[in-house]
Amino acid sequence: MMYQAVDFERPIVEIEKKIEELRIIANGGGMDVDEEIRRLEKKARRLTRDVYLKLSRWQRTLLARHPTRPYMLDYVGLMCEGFIELHGDRAFADDHAMVGGMAWFEGIPVMVIGQQKGRDTKDKVYRNFGMAHPEGYRKALRLMKLAEKYGRPILTLIDTPGAYPGIGAEERGQAEAIARNQFEMATLRVPLIAAIIGEGGSGGALALGVGNRVLMQENAIYSVISPEGCASILWRDTAKAPEAAEAMKITAQDLAELGVVDEIVREPMGGAHRDHKRAASLLRRVIRRHLRELMAMSPEEIVAQRIDKYRQIGVYEEI
Amino acid sequence: MEWFKKIKPKVRVREKKVKMPEGLWVKCDACKEIVYKQELEKNLNVCPKCNFHFRISAWQRIEQLADPGTFVEFDQGVASLDPLGFKDSKRYKDRIKENVEKTGLNEAVICGECQLGGFPIQMCVMEFAFLGGSMASALGEKITRAIERSIERRMPLVIVSISGGARMQEGVLSLMQMAKASAALAKLSEQGLPFISVCTDPTTGGVSASYAMLGDLIFAEPRALIGFAGPRVIEQTILQKLPEGFQRAEFLLEHGMLDKIVDRRDLKHTLVQSLKFFLAEPVEKGA
Repeated sequence: MMYQAVDFERPIVEIEKKIEELRIIANGGGMDVDEEIRRLEKKARRLTRDVYLKLSRWQRTLLARHPTRPYMLDYVGLMCEGFIELHGDRAFADDHAMVGGMAWFEGIPVMVIGQQKGRDTKDKVYRNFGMAHPEGYRKALRLMKLAEKYGRPILTLIDTPGAYPGIGAEERGQAEAIARNQFEMATLRVPLIAAIIGEGGSGGALALGVGNRVLMQENAIYSVISPEGCASILWRDTAKAPEAAEAMKITAQDLAELGVVDEIVREPMGGAHRDHKRAASLLRRVIRRHLRELMAMSPEEIVAQRIDKYRQIGVYEEI
Repeated sequence: MEWFKKIKPKVRVREKKVKMPEGLWVKCDACKEIVYKQELEKNLNVCPKCNFHFRISAWQRIEQLADPGTFVEFDQGVASLDPLGFKDSKRYKDRIKENVEKTGLNEAVICGECQLGGFPIQMCVMEFAFLGGSMASALGEKITRAIERSIERRMPLVIVSISGGARMQEGVLSLMQMAKASAALAKLSEQGLPFISVCTDPTTGGVSASYAMLGDLIFAEPRALIGFAGPRVIEQTILQKLPEGFQRAEFLLEHGMLDKIVDRRDLKHTLVQSLKFFLAEPVEKGA
């Protein structure tokens, strides 16, 4: 896989490249480079720790959007078996930015739904960069209702810059579709786990995000508006996005502190993109635990817990 | 007379005039006609010449809708804090303070109980002058409490929305209020209690993508801007000019997103008739 690094990753990637080259030389014949390789590996590890243990909120944003980060379908492939994709909202179209279907998670039949981003240019356009139209949210809701009808838990994997802002989207009621999903999700009688695996972009994310549990990978972000959008409105300058990211507090750590996220899911050192399999297995373990807890609850308890969870969120005073 | 046209007063000047409380005359934003202020007010702040609906305050709206002397406010002490310690060009804390002083409100919504054509209801009316009617923790809390009061007291709910969207200064907490209010509305709906949403100019972003679009009935004032994304964001995304009338109430009606566009002067009557339809005992004629 071509490895595309974001700026702050480059020094680490450089060293790794050097190690790789040395290995090739060593295999080629005779030269003893073990010592040098060990030295470089140690350096790479130290550098990785230094960089990743104190990432700024903006750096995490770049990781959340990393071009080689695992996407929804990657996780489905790595965490579930027998995925059968189901298409269309039965009203207007099939939205390729939104994927959903039946799958088995460790033997449990679950409905899995999420936004899908594209890898190459053609794929990105096909997936509309993971930005769904109303028909995408309506498809998602149709599948959630189907899961509820047959008592199957729902797993949503959230990764979107936001709901698509376009003419067709407005004509077909983007606001209504997002509102409707929250409204209907609140009273679904089956367990719903939402995991933010990359970008949790505002209403477009929340439309899949009203869960009994909200999990968030450690380099994912979740915000009311993109850092660029916030910067352009409040600072009148998109270049101030890093400041906006800091001010809005959009990381998993921040959201756990605000009571919005229930658990932070660890990623492999250096980010999920460095080891898709390991990232998926870390996520799977956390989902499994929560799914077990929720499946032991009655439908009434499931609904009450979910509504109550959102009822508690907010910081205000009473004068 | 080309040269003469060019010295028309600019928008800014006009706005100032509209806001001047002691002014006797007001210039209409739409038809530019000069209107006698008293006449305008008597007409519920709708231009008598062209029917342009001037923006009104939450208290004015309540006065227009609630049966006289019946409105009792609740939760007026619920106020915004600054959970993120947010600062852009100004500190969020200072912004709140300024807006409290400017509007006399603690948050961008007034919630209470009143009678509407004799029906006891819960009513929430948003205030644009308070930080653009933006969605925030305190606002979400007040709306949610009003919904819960509707359930407890078995009363219908009317929300009059006006909002520029989310309050970025509260970050994701602002977003979560959408889910909080929507979840409460789901409970209200299960109880079979009517919820009527009235969208006024503008109703966009987080408010439109939650309770404003979840009414059993959704009404809007003529020409109100209603949508998910703001027109500027859409223009920047698709790099095209937007069609005339895009995201206006008439556009939404055309696309099946509204039940009805209601002239402000008919709003009370339409609300009362709707409540009658949902709640009044049927009376058989000629029986």
